[in-house]
Amino acid sequence: MDVHRLIKMANEIGAFFEAEPDRAIAIEGVSDHIRRFWEPRMRRELLRWVDEHDGQGLTELVLAAIQGNREKLTPQTIASP
Amino acid sequence: MYSVKILDAGTPARVSEQLVTLEIDGVEVTVPAGTSVMRAATDAGVRVPKLCATDMLESFGSCRLCLVEIEGRKGYPASCTTLVEPGMKVRTQTPKLANLRRGVMELYISDHPLDCLTCPANGNCELQEMAGVVGLREVRYGYEGANHLKSEKDTSNPYFTFDPTKCIVCSRCVRACEEVQGTFALTVDSRGFASVIAAGPTNFLASECVSCGACVQACPTSTLMEKSIIDNGQPDHSEVTTCAYCGVGCSFRAEMKGTEVVRMVPNKDGKANHGHSCVKGRFAWGYATHPDRIRVPMIRKKITDPWREVSWDEAINYAASEFKRLQKTYGRDSVGGITSSRCTNEETYLVQKLVRAAFGNNNVDTCARVCHSPTGYGLKATLGESAGTQDFDSVLKADVIMVIGANPTDGHPVFASQMKRRLREGAKLIVVDPRRIDIVRQPHVQAAYHLKLLPGTNVAVINALAHVVVTEGLLKEDYIRERCDLKEYEKWKAFIVQPHNSPEAMEAMTGVPAAEVRGAARLYASAPNAAIYYGLGVTEHSQGSTMVIGIANLAMATGNIGREGVGVNPLRGQNNVQGSCDMGSFPHELPGYRHVSDPAVRAQFETAWGVQLQAEPGLRIPNMFDASIDGSFKGLYVQGEDVAQSDPDTQHVTAALEGLECLVVQDIFLNETAKFAHVFLPGSSFLEKDGTFTNAERRVSRVRKVMPPLAGLADWEATVALSNALGYPMHYDHPSQIMDEIAQLTPTFHGVSFEKIDRLGSIQWPCNVKAPEGTPVMHVDEFVRGKGRFVITEYVPTEERTTREYPLILTTGRILSQYNVGAQTRRTANVVWHDEDRFEIHPHDAEQRGIKEGDWVGIKSRAGETVMRAMLTERMQPGVVYTTFHHPFSGANVVTTDNSDWATNCPEYKVTAVQVSRVAQPSEWQRKFTAFTHLQDKLLSEREREKA
Repeated sequence: MDVHRLIKMANEIGAFFEAEPDRAIAIEGVSDHIRRFWEPRMRRELLRWVDEHDGQGLTELVLAAIQGNREKLTPQTIASP
Repeated sequence: MYSVKILDAGTPARVSEQLVTLEIDGVEVTVPAGTSVMRAATDAGVRVPKLCATDMLESFGSCRLCLVEIEGRKGYPASCTTLVEPGMKVRTQTPKLANLRRGVMELYISDHPLDCLTCPANGNCELQEMAGVVGLREVRYGYEGANHLKSEKDTSNPYFTFDPTKCIVCSRCVRACEEVQGTFALTVDSRGFASVIAAGPTNFLASECVSCGACVQACPTSTLMEKSIIDNGQPDHSEVTTCAYCGVGCSFRAEMKGTEVVRMVPNKDGKANHGHSCVKGRFAWGYATHPDRIRVPMIRKKITDPWREVSWDEAINYAASEFKRLQKTYGRDSVGGITSSRCTNEETYLVQKLVRAAFGNNNVDTCARVCHSPTGYGLKATLGESAGTQDFDSVLKADVIMVIGANPTDGHPVFASQMKRRLREGAKLIVVDPRRIDIVRQPHVQAAYHLKLLPGTNVAVINALAHVVVTEGLLKEDYIRERCDLKEYEKWKAFIVQPHNSPEAMEAMTGVPAAEVRGAARLYASAPNAAIYYGLGVTEHSQGSTMVIGIANLAMATGNIGREGVGVNPLRGQNNVQGSCDMGSFPHELPGYRHVSDPAVRAQFETAWGVQLQAEPGLRIPNMFDASIDGSFKGLYVQGEDVAQSDPDTQHVTAALEGLECLVVQDIFLNETAKFAHVFLPGSSFLEKDGTFTNAERRVSRVRKVMPPLAGLADWEATVALSNALGYPMHYDHPSQIMDEIAQLTPTFHGVSFEKIDRLGSIQWPCNVKAPEGTPVMHVDEFVRGKGRFVITEYVPTEERTTREYPLILTTGRILSQYNVGAQTRRTANVVWHDEDRFEIHPHDAEQRGIKEGDWVGIKSRAGETVMRAMLTERMQPGVVYTTFHHPFSGANVVTTDNSDWATNCPEYKVTAVQVSRVAQPSEWQRKFTAFTHLQDKLLSEREREKA
């Protein structure tokens, strides 16, 4: 998947939750949204980007959401080859 | 008029708690106060002769056939205009009344052709019937006097003829156009003997007539008559079914001769449409038997190969073997499916079941992705259910109606007629739209406020409206305290009162004067009942879901949810897009909107389906395209969708389709998507199958088969066959069994069955133990999620900004006579109204570019370029341009971008930065498209035919 597109999508999710005054809720909101709606290969690609490029391009909120909820965001299905 | 004898009670029914008892011909009858004597007589089993009266219209009293005698009253009052009174004693038949009626008929027949035997209404003509009923035996005036027998027919309308020689000037057509449709296109021109019905100064086609058929329906003679009846004769039987066009879901009688449809007439008992229709459902059904219909399955190895006709078995087995090969080579998640929003609930349920159980993944999605997926997200987050809150009739109790990003006169015309009826009664209208859409000003309808915002600024406007409500003390505090989550409410309130949300602060961004926003907010919030209706002008934005949430916030803040006359009403576009969502077509939800990760829900389906299901969400349609381009998605089963034309950023979509190794398309025509297919499974139209559709008001209605499937199988049968070939057994004898399974597994459908739908006519879900006959209005005592939840909706401008290179904003939409990608309507006579998509531009913008009416213009965005003909119109605002997407060659979606709603990836069709200039030739995309189309047409025409 085009990771730059995924970064854009993730940042747009983050932009919605930026308005939440409680940071912890905002972080939970971002990670929960990605977990509930992003297919595993999309999440794997995003996690790979965070691992290999320190999440370059992701907003602070989105990066915090991913780093703070890594286990929850890691897909449970067997990866497709 | 109907061919099957449907009782016409003469005047509309009345609803009143007060009842009146009277006597008609010695029979006592009790009716609601306000009922006419004529209708009361019908209830008593007495049919009073009539011609100008019909129960679709208010009484008029012109024909003088329905005269009665009332004890204690002088004269012979018309029973249609006389209201019942307690103790009234009425006689409907006396020698004097008989003489008067015969006299009236003599006058009518003295100026009427005597060609009953060759008249298209023969056997089904109210004038003919009344002549018999009154015992007409002679016309003492003779036939040599002045008459209208040489008047010229108007055959301009492609679907019906106006023959003034047959006209009795009862004015039913004029009144139908006013009361039912609300267009006021017809009038009685001149006076006395010279009176004629006129559709403006020219003819029907050139007039303001929208060809809804209400006048034809109302006409008691053959004056206004369907050309299909003139050509084919009267039908001999009929079947009630549901329209396959828009989300209104009109109920129709398919009138047949054998297995041939000769006419579609709106069903008076249809609870969505109450006997009304639009040009599409009423007349544009001929596509179902168009010569372009593909009737035999086809396969090919490469999309540059000619097609080869094969048997169903061979096509299905080939498709199955390909999907299995792809999953073995590229992994389980390399294939998926797209369900149809045009096919039935049962068929959509089976496609998502096939994907989950046979493919073993959740890569299934539906066209709601590109239209109302934000509605599902936003309303679930705030209210707890992914659907509109009201039924259509609720609009009749609204005092203020706010229409946001919807064009109901074009997109939901039958519902718009209901809305206009209420507006003519005095309800106030607020329109939020960048264009001056028709509803802003109609006969006897004028919007109190038209907030003409710039595309992309919806959330700024809704926040500004809510800011006014909160800061000016217009909140319904009691309602909020009782029904909403107070913690979330206080958080939202603290956000919305911030100065940056005020109308004044937002004005520069939105282009809407602050005073207008304040006025509209006060009007909405102060109304006893205020309702919001919205469409894709809300959802198809990068903040689509945010805007839906903002609408729900506003409705909750003003106490406008939970009773009739109010609510949050998404005008769903397609005939069964609501149903396809209900049936679990989204990649993250099983039927009934329950997340796939929920172990209890998954276990229920695993038990019923006998297979383990994935707990992770699957790919959405845009993600499928991205995954195809990156090589991880290789096979797709598409039922009844045309993504190559309807989805944004066409070049990206077609590149994705070209990347697939197996594309299976199931459709009634070889559409744009099928040109990239390897397997074509011929689909069945709504006339060729049994099932149900669910309309925008959650109304589940029957679709009934009136002809055998032209290709031999209904769509659901093809899906069952494919599933079996994939190794996941499915066995159903009839779609009713599929609905029974849906009902077992889906709480909101628990009480639904074909038997109950047949008994009740239709059912609005939720239908369960608590609501055994369905739920017209939701969230009555409490919200589905318990307490309504306010959610903060910060305005985040779209990334799609105008620049020097792209200084205009393009927004897209649809029109009345064509439907979506036009696959159906382009194959009907509706092309007479819209044979090409036009590019609408304000005269100022056109002048700046040297563009004149009809010029070819190039429209260029960062995604691509296309060419269309310009239409200069002041209903656009400077800086905003518009087009439709009904014709593939227009390439409207070549220019739309990959921007989408943050929550759902619903494409931002409504905001594309473009530049426009005069050109002399089609765009490069259009040239390539034409060449590709010619190639694919050739590959189809040269297909190897199946041996007999």
